[in-house]
Amino acid sequence: MTHLDLRETPRAQRQEGPRTPPPRRRNPRWRKANYPAGLGAFVWLLIVVVPLYILVASTLQTRQEYLDNGPLSLPTSISFDSYRQVLEGDFPRYLLNTVIVTASCALIVIALAVTVSYSIVRTRSRMSQRVFQLFLLGLAIPSQAVIIPIYLIITELQLYDTLLAVILPTAAFSLPVSVLILVGTMRDISEELYESMALDGATPVRMLFQLVIPMSRAGISTAGVFSALGAWNGFLFPLILTQSRENRVLTLGLYDFVGEFRVDIPALLAAVVLSIVPIFTAYLFARRQLINGLMGVGGK
Amino acid sequence: MKRETIHTPRAGRPGIAWALPAVLFFVFFAAAPMGIVGYLSFTDWDGLSDPSWTGMDNWSKLWNDDRMRNAIWLSLLLTALTWLTQTPIVLLLGVWAAGRQRNRAVLSAIFFLPLLASSVALALLWRTIFDPNLGLAPDVANWFNLDSSDLLGSPTGAFVAILFVTGWQFVPFHTLIYQGGARNIPQSLYDAAAIDGAGTVRQFFHVTLPQLRNTIVTSTVLMVVGALTYFDTVLILTRGGPGDSTSIVPYLMYETGFRAFDLGYASAVAAALVITATGISLLLVRLTGFNRMRSTREGM
Repeated sequence: MTHLDLRETPRAQRQEGPRTPPPRRRNPRWRKANYPAGLGAFVWLLIVVVPLYILVASTLQTRQEYLDNGPLSLPTSISFDSYRQVLEGDFPRYLLNTVIVTASCALIVIALAVTVSYSIVRTRSRMSQRVFQLFLLGLAIPSQAVIIPIYLIITELQLYDTLLAVILPTAAFSLPVSVLILVGTMRDISEELYESMALDGATPVRMLFQLVIPMSRAGISTAGVFSALGAWNGFLFPLILTQSRENRVLTLGLYDFVGEFRVDIPALLAAVVLSIVPIFTAYLFARRQLINGLMGVGGK
Repeated sequence: MKRETIHTPRAGRPGIAWALPAVLFFVFFAAAPMGIVGYLSFTDWDGLSDPSWTGMDNWSKLWNDDRMRNAIWLSLLLTALTWLTQTPIVLLLGVWAAGRQRNRAVLSAIFFLPLLASSVALALLWRTIFDPNLGLAPDVANWFNLDSSDLLGSPTGAFVAILFVTGWQFVPFHTLIYQGGARNIPQSLYDAAAIDGAGTVRQFFHVTLPQLRNTIVTSTVLMVVGALTYFDTVLILTRGGPGDSTSIVPYLMYETGFRAFDLGYASAVAAALVITATGISLLLVRLTGFNRMRSTREGM
């Protein structure tokens, strides 16, 4: 058996490819003259930043300061009491649950979406087009519309009030977008690479691991980011499918803090900030994946 | 399972069986529930005992239900206003962001924060800001010329608040879609327009806007389906109130199903929601000729 180092092939090809700049440069005239749009963007930035300022500034005040001065005031002395208060409560448990749900969802979605997209792109059968259509139609299913049957299914499976009850439907609803992204990525892998592997006698499994997965790394991370974001922020499934305190995720925990911290606004908002910090940190690393994925929705 | 060998000229292609795990998983948790919700809409079910068949009862009740009519009206109004307010903003922001601004990368980290946070977290933030005693409500009410300083306590104010908060949250998302679309417009079109003496405004209306046709449809469909299914924000911000002034269809479904435990009737509401959302999406796609249009660049 000849040994063709397939992992080298794409990299070599990429280097040989013409290094033209991406063809998306705008008319210079246009850029110069576009002050009104710039102003609009600045106004929108203010609309975004002011509430976020209120959010952070409020949490740094003590409860009494907040009551005395109102939300727009600068904290006179910075106090982290609110954060301490939240972190000493149930927050860490909710965070752990959310991490478990998010990681499991992302893993399930990637495993399933990679295999099904591989099959959609490579299987020569009418069925594989049907499969793709199924997922395209699936994009339009709103999760609220099926929450009652899902409640029924989860109770029948005796999974009610477990983390699995949240993980399974959340993953299912992330699948269509991920399949869409991955099919797009995998279609770009050139036919010759498959052919040379086939001549080598490679099995579909080997092609998947040595060609498809390495070549679609970008698509896989985009799909992963999307499903993780969806799982992290999911609210309806946890609300309906879990009940007890130990199975609560962050969003549901926040919802319950409303009752718990009814008048303690700084503590409530500190919980809000703490729920955003992990995802924002992750965003700083995965920003490109997220933005490219979103821009692809309207760009194609 | 053997069929693919007939169509495959060469070995090494994955069979349709590769699609099976994902398809089964998706059908079980997303597609089949769509069928089950239809079935449940013809039953009486309290969530504990078995559903009992009641024929068209729920549907005729739905037809004559004043609360339901109000909810449908509110949902449609919210959808229309969402489109009318968000589209101009995201169109301008998206086109602006597609240009080359030096500070864009830095700005986008802040700019897109609402996209990362959960609806729950954002609704809590806004609830605090709108609070009549502790928040900014009196000032905000002044901006909108409302008599009451209790924004969420007045029917119009609460509705405007939902419109505003959801817009605040989703504008970044649609901006990204438009940004992707605008970047795909070939530079040659702007050059040609500039040679013909078209200024910024004319270029916008005669090049950018027609070229963004597909993007506008994509974003509109997402906005419509999104607005028809807003739920988290309503639950936290207004709980459908005051009165029924913000109880849009998904909220009414939740209340009927999981507060009043009339899951049969709630299923009918859910089914009606799916029919409406799918109908509007299909209509939009048909009317705009999106499905017939293969490429926005035809005729170039």
